[in-house]
Amino acid sequence: MTTGMLFALVGVVLFAMGVAGVILIGHLLRRILAFNVMGNGAFLVLVGLAQRNGTPDPVPQAMVLTGIVVAVAATALALALVRKLHALTGQLELPEHADD
Amino acid sequence: MIDPLVWLILLPLAWATLAFLLGPGRGAWLAIAALLVQWCLAFVLAQKVGAGGTALTHAVGGWGAPLGIDLAVDGLSAAMLLLTQTVALPLAIYARSYFKQDPAGTWFWPLMGFLISGLNALFVSADLFNLYVTLELIGLAAVGLVAAGGGAQQLGAALRYLFAALLGSGAYLLGVALLYGAYGTVSIASLLPLVSDDAPRLVWIAGGLMVVGLMLKTALFPFHYWLPHAHGGAPAPVSALLSALVVKASFYLILRLWLGPLQPLLPTFAWLMALLGAGAIFWGSWQAIRAEKLKRLIAYSTVAQLGYLFLIFPLLAETVALKAGVMQVFAHGLAKAGMFAAAGVFIKATGHDTVAGLAGAVERMPVTLIAFGLAGMTLMGLPPSSGFLAKWQIIEAALAQGHWIIAVVALAGGLLAAVYVFRVLRQAFLLAPEGGTVAPVPRALEWSALALAVGSVVLGLRGVELMQLAGVGA
Amino acid sequence: MKRVAVVIAAAAFAVALVGAMLEIGPAAIDLRGLVMQHLAESGVGHPVTAVLLNFRGYDTLLEIAVLLLALLVILAVIGDSRAAPPRAAHPVLQTLARLATPPMVVVAVYLLWAGAFRPGGAFQAGALLASAAVLLHLVGLLPAWNPPGSRLRIGLAAGFAVFLSIAAALLPQGALLKYPVETAGMLILLIESSLTISLGLILAGLFLVLSREDGSS
Repeated sequence: MTTGMLFALVGVVLFAMGVAGVILIGHLLRRILAFNVMGNGAFLVLVGLAQRNGTPDPVPQAMVLTGIVVAVAATALALALVRKLHALTGQLELPEHADD
Repeated sequence: MIDPLVWLILLPLAWATLAFLLGPGRGAWLAIAALLVQWCLAFVLAQKVGAGGTALTHAVGGWGAPLGIDLAVDGLSAAMLLLTQTVALPLAIYARSYFKQDPAGTWFWPLMGFLISGLNALFVSADLFNLYVTLELIGLAAVGLVAAGGGAQQLGAALRYLFAALLGSGAYLLGVALLYGAYGTVSIASLLPLVSDDAPRLVWIAGGLMVVGLMLKTALFPFHYWLPHAHGGAPAPVSALLSALVVKASFYLILRLWLGPLQPLLPTFAWLMALLGAGAIFWGSWQAIRAEKLKRLIAYSTVAQLGYLFLIFPLLAETVALKAGVMQVFAHGLAKAGMFAAAGVFIKATGHDTVAGLAGAVERMPVTLIAFGLAGMTLMGLPPSSGFLAKWQIIEAALAQGHWIIAVVALAGGLLAAVYVFRVLRQAFLLAPEGGTVAPVPRALEWSALALAVGSVVLGLRGVELMQLAGVGA
Repeated sequence: MKRVAVVIAAAAFAVALVGAMLEIGPAAIDLRGLVMQHLAESGVGHPVTAVLLNFRGYDTLLEIAVLLLALLVILAVIGDSRAAPPRAAHPVLQTLARLATPPMVVVAVYLLWAGAFRPGGAFQAGALLASAAVLLHLVGLLPAWNPPGSRLRIGLAAGFAVFLSIAAALLPQGALLKYPVETAGMLILLIESSLTISLGLILAGLFLVLSREDGSS
């Protein structure tokens, strides 16, 4: 079990936890955190699985750099929406579908 | 020598940045002029692909896959590019009038620019990770457009959409990570010869993750829960862009993967996709028939019409099914954009968003009503509209391969669409209630809605050329 | 009930995936070898920077667009309210922040330069600059941002604009973002420098625009 493979396995577990969190958690800030856990899990898999035979590979590392920036952008966007929603309604959870 | 392929990506990025630099509320004319140029570029590109008979490729940076990123345009991509610019141009003209003095339109133009650039970049990319970045570009721009300037309802819908989009692209990314781990490349062309039907289990899981993630972004039943609120709650030009183009982007990607690297995994899941498609048609139509709000009705209609696209998966052995799918994408794109545009006019004029509030529309807003009616004609599949052509092709392909059940579902869907379209039209022909006020609406709004709707019908008369284009390089 | 079902499904998925991952053989294509082979022509010495800004530079271009887009959405959502004056923190904290900022800027410039031959580059440098700005804001020395005026907008968009212009200017070379081998290093440095400034501003903006009070507590 090389380091790379270990990272990849942990990444899978984190991804599964993150997905479960995004689906199940109601509190919006924690949902955003769960999304970050999910994203980081995917990045770990990307880097770890490619480097499972021990040699570092620059391509997935560059891809993960890009991925981190995209995740930061998405997180900031999500936080803006949550903050504005809180300012308007005082709530930090999404209302259940009331209508239709 | 202007390379239309590259400029279709660079140009919208440039005008989005310029619109941002010009400041809040500015950028409309820049966008409209640039979209005109982009339409010409897309047309030229389609001509090139059609005449050449094979896909065009472009190695970014000169490196070539798998080291660099490749762009590739075959008939399917060229058709999608053409659809994007064709829908975006009238919608830009519509949005300019719609957002006058509206705070929701403050940053509309740069957001739309980034959305269009993401769409164009997605349709030509041949690199799985690059496709992830374009998916995020599109998704975040779409969420931004839904949320901009909105109240609590709109923000809630935007958040729901955002979480669904992030789950979808997260699953897609994990699939790409697994494929890179298994094969050492993310280039579609390099992966093609490597994936066979005795691929390791990891590849099957990766494929499943990618397709499920993309289905979530396409709002295929049962993953459609976010769409009615997001498309129903956003301003009309935004709903039009989303329903006509954004959901098609992830569908295109499913198709591209299905016909490309994931092809060996095909037969197992094709019927599952068709089953979900049928579910989408029935559930979406049922909810549309029951909907009280006009935009919510149209959004559920999108859910239903997207189901048609998934009916073609068991039929993909014949190219005609692919062509039918492309025709349906075009038909729905133009018709739904026109329908949302018309709904926007109704809402601006009457001040509320309900179907019941449409009473008397026939005398006060005839142009808009004709637009709605023509768009509805396409959705129902009445000749000579492109919707009819698409459904006819699907039914023909289904019967030719002996899958009559698909033909039955397609026909049933057309009947259900008729129910909810006529529901709206009937309401519009009722006498206007006393004391109801109708605000005057800028003519640009009505006529751009009409242009889109007429386009969806007229396309049926010239559909053969489009379908020939779609078949190139398939 | 839904909770249990989702948790079980997630766990089953994780187990299946772990099993599938443990049984695959080596990859067919060795991209690392290809990268090392072409590293000399790429204009930089570090393989990750070469991939990021040359071989897969198109991804980087789109990713900057995504960041700029995020800031745009935040501006669109937060609206037009003006920022309240900053609350000053304890003077010791303020002094600490003031002392920390110049070294942070110097390290950022170092990171930008070092990216050519060791881990570093525009993103890391930009993030450090943004952190300095956030630090100054948290101690009350830098106010939250109002809707950006034209000069700030130029700063925010400049990095992306430079990158886009260079990409377009290189088109006559035959392909998008195809750097000529002799000038590749200089062009990449130019792009990275302008990106650093813009990234610093955008990342700082993601925080500082959000931190505007919009009428609530």
